[in-house]
Amino acid sequence: MATAKKKIVQWEPTDIKAELLQRYPAKVARKRAKQIMINEAHGSAPPPEIVANVRTIPGIITMRGCTYAGCKGVIMGPTSDIVNLVHGPIGCSFYAWLTRRNQTSAGGDNHENFIPYALSTDMQDSDIIFGGEKKLAAAIQEAYDLFHPKAIAVFATCPVGLIGDDIHTVAKRMKDKLGDCNVFAFSCEGYKGVSQSAGHHIANNQVFTHVVGKSDRLKTDKYKINLLGEYNIGGDGFEIDRILKKCGITNIATFSGNSTYDQFASANQADLSCVMCHRSINYVADMLEVKYGIPWIKVNFIGAAATAKSLRKIAQYFGDPELTAQVEAVIAEEMPEVEAARLDVLPRTEGKKAMLFVGGSRAHHYQELFKEMGMKVLSAGYEFAHRDDYEGRQVLPNLKVDADSRNIEEIEVEPDPHLYKPRKSAEEMQALVAGGYEFKDYDGLNADMDQGTIIIDDLNQYEAEKLVELLKPDLFCAGIKEKFSIQKLGIPMKQLHSYDSGGPYAGFKGAVNFYREIDRLVNSRVWGLMKAPWQEHPELSATYVWE
Amino acid sequence: MRKVAIYGKGGIGKSTTTQNTVAGLAEMGRKIMVVGCDPKADSTRLLLGGLAQKSVLDTLREEGEDVELEDIRKPGYGNTWCVESGGPEPGVGCAGRGIITSINMLESLGAYEESEGLDYAFYDVLGDVVCGGFAMPIRDGKAEEIYIVCSGEMMAMYAANNICKGIMKFAQSGRVRLGGLICNSRNVDNEKEMIVELAKKIGTQMIYFVPRNNDVQRAEINRKTVIEWNPAVEQADEYRGLARAIDGNSNFVIPKPLEIEELEKLLMDFGLMQA
Repeated sequence: MATAKKKIVQWEPTDIKAELLQRYPAKVARKRAKQIMINEAHGSAPPPEIVANVRTIPGIITMRGCTYAGCKGVIMGPTSDIVNLVHGPIGCSFYAWLTRRNQTSAGGDNHENFIPYALSTDMQDSDIIFGGEKKLAAAIQEAYDLFHPKAIAVFATCPVGLIGDDIHTVAKRMKDKLGDCNVFAFSCEGYKGVSQSAGHHIANNQVFTHVVGKSDRLKTDKYKINLLGEYNIGGDGFEIDRILKKCGITNIATFSGNSTYDQFASANQADLSCVMCHRSINYVADMLEVKYGIPWIKVNFIGAAATAKSLRKIAQYFGDPELTAQVEAVIAEEMPEVEAARLDVLPRTEGKKAMLFVGGSRAHHYQELFKEMGMKVLSAGYEFAHRDDYEGRQVLPNLKVDADSRNIEEIEVEPDPHLYKPRKSAEEMQALVAGGYEFKDYDGLNADMDQGTIIIDDLNQYEAEKLVELLKPDLFCAGIKEKFSIQKLGIPMKQLHSYDSGGPYAGFKGAVNFYREIDRLVNSRVWGLMKAPWQEHPELSATYVWE
Repeated sequence: MRKVAIYGKGGIGKSTTTQNTVAGLAEMGRKIMVVGCDPKADSTRLLLGGLAQKSVLDTLREEGEDVELEDIRKPGYGNTWCVESGGPEPGVGCAGRGIITSINMLESLGAYEESEGLDYAFYDVLGDVVCGGFAMPIRDGKAEEIYIVCSGEMMAMYAANNICKGIMKFAQSGRVRLGGLICNSRNVDNEKEMIVELAKKIGTQMIYFVPRNNDVQRAEINRKTVIEWNPAVEQADEYRGLARAIDGNSNFVIPKPLEIEELEKLLMDFGLMQA
């Protein structure tokens, strides 16, 4: 073991990259080489480019999910009072039934929560042959008769796209027929796009088109924000809402953790959009700005310091001393407990090494928490991010739009003739920017990672195992598909999609939870007991008595 | 049992030719089942004396899994069995999937069993091979011999050539072979010579030249095959000739489809001969 450990020290990042590619056929290696980047984003030289948001090579066991998963599972799944109806064979609905840990508050007696239900048209052979439109219309009617919801969302699965059922026309017809129920559909067939990212886009576009701006209930609170790209996994959104409320900030709409139809419908009334997950929703922030005049900033509530920084950034935007004082008071009140927990784990976590391959923002955000624990991130990457999530938004004008991206609808918006309202005057905005305030700003993952670390897009099973074998991290973070294969290698594994059964990890209380969880994982002695005694020691030798 | 599939461009006269030929074979004492693989379900109209057939898919939809063979096949002219696969109305669903389901259904109900005593099963397939479903009769060793109905018109020849591409693909992995081209004349200049030449180039034969004759339409108006409508007319003999040619055919090949330039040249050569 000692020699093996010594060997690790000698691994250069370029050697590791070569080792990862070594077993691939030449053409695969050439493609993967562009998605494996050694981070050297320092100095005056232009940072190296990474290839992202391209098709996974067939045969590679990818970590990615499908477009339906991104649309139905991630974006629309957490919305409590929109009935989600899946048009397709039953499996697509069944396996998306309560399988993401997006939490929802039960609310008051009148609060509708349809999350526990799985509604599907359960298409059969004859529906494929004769078309499923009539069955879909009947299912919408049935869902309406059962629940009388404010809205019904219809999701297309692969076969629906193949046989060409016109789900949008069915939705429109049923909306007109029902009168008091907004019905809209998503062409989110699993095969569209190169990853779940396409599904996020399809979902957000439809929510923006069919729901945002449709509420006439006036929100009169003083400091109104939207929280974009926060999905309330393990109750993250609850913790963020607790902090915002304590600061006196009103969260009009969360896209889409613990959200409701009315939240989406009145999102146009917020005065600032705060973007958590840049990947899944930055285009909605842009559209909210263009159509309604709401500026947006990037925030991050993962990590105590990052939370404090984000709160201060929101307060600075509103520029009200009263709010600033309240935010400072909240930070001062919350931080001692966080700091005590941090100092408690620090001696045991400091110097430990982690790898993160998850999401389109989580592999970046969680580095804040590891930094606070004194841990080092050796390697990281996203499953479904685009180049701007790695290299920052400055690459956006130069992004090549390929055929796969063109396949996903881009909607053009213009200022709404009635609802557009600039939140600040041009001079006020300029003054903020002059003072160093950054709107629409995201520098990406690369900028926050150490020189020489390895950044890998769309990591796969083989590369994950190889990386663990070569770099022997103390912790590996990814999702359920990687969970057990990594654990079998003797490395603790933390799911950063579902949080295993833990959380929240956002905000102040979340940071404390995370410190304790990671301390528990990286210092567990169970990993030293992976080998059975007969694997560690040579078998017993004996001689026959007659010898 | 010989399993025969008839392909060809839409509107070329596949269903008419198939049924008239089947009537000829029936007259020769052969026992035949005709399976219409067209959502319009009009492949057995002349044998049944009208659109009297309830399709396999309609039956399946209404009866669920509880379907009997007798529910979906009807006796037609000359002791033939007539089956219509059926399918969705135009513009919805997946007709190809329908063909697959209905042929599987026929198989599982035992329509092809030896006890049925069939000499022939004829598949009459819609238009071009647009998707996997319409290739079903030539997959999995269902139909083993294919006849393509064509004429001397460019698009009919183009479709015939295209169908050959499909046959070639399946022939390499299975037993399906091309038995020949049936020329259903449209009175194009040098039509017979041109189809003979096309067949030769593809590596097959023109198995029969069916002249154009309005008796075919007259019989159709009466919902009958020519042989049933008026066994004495000249055209009835033509179909008997085609039936005999198919019955005695032993020329089965893997086709060699032409490049489009070659096909254009063929048309040009024969078209210009007249001028």
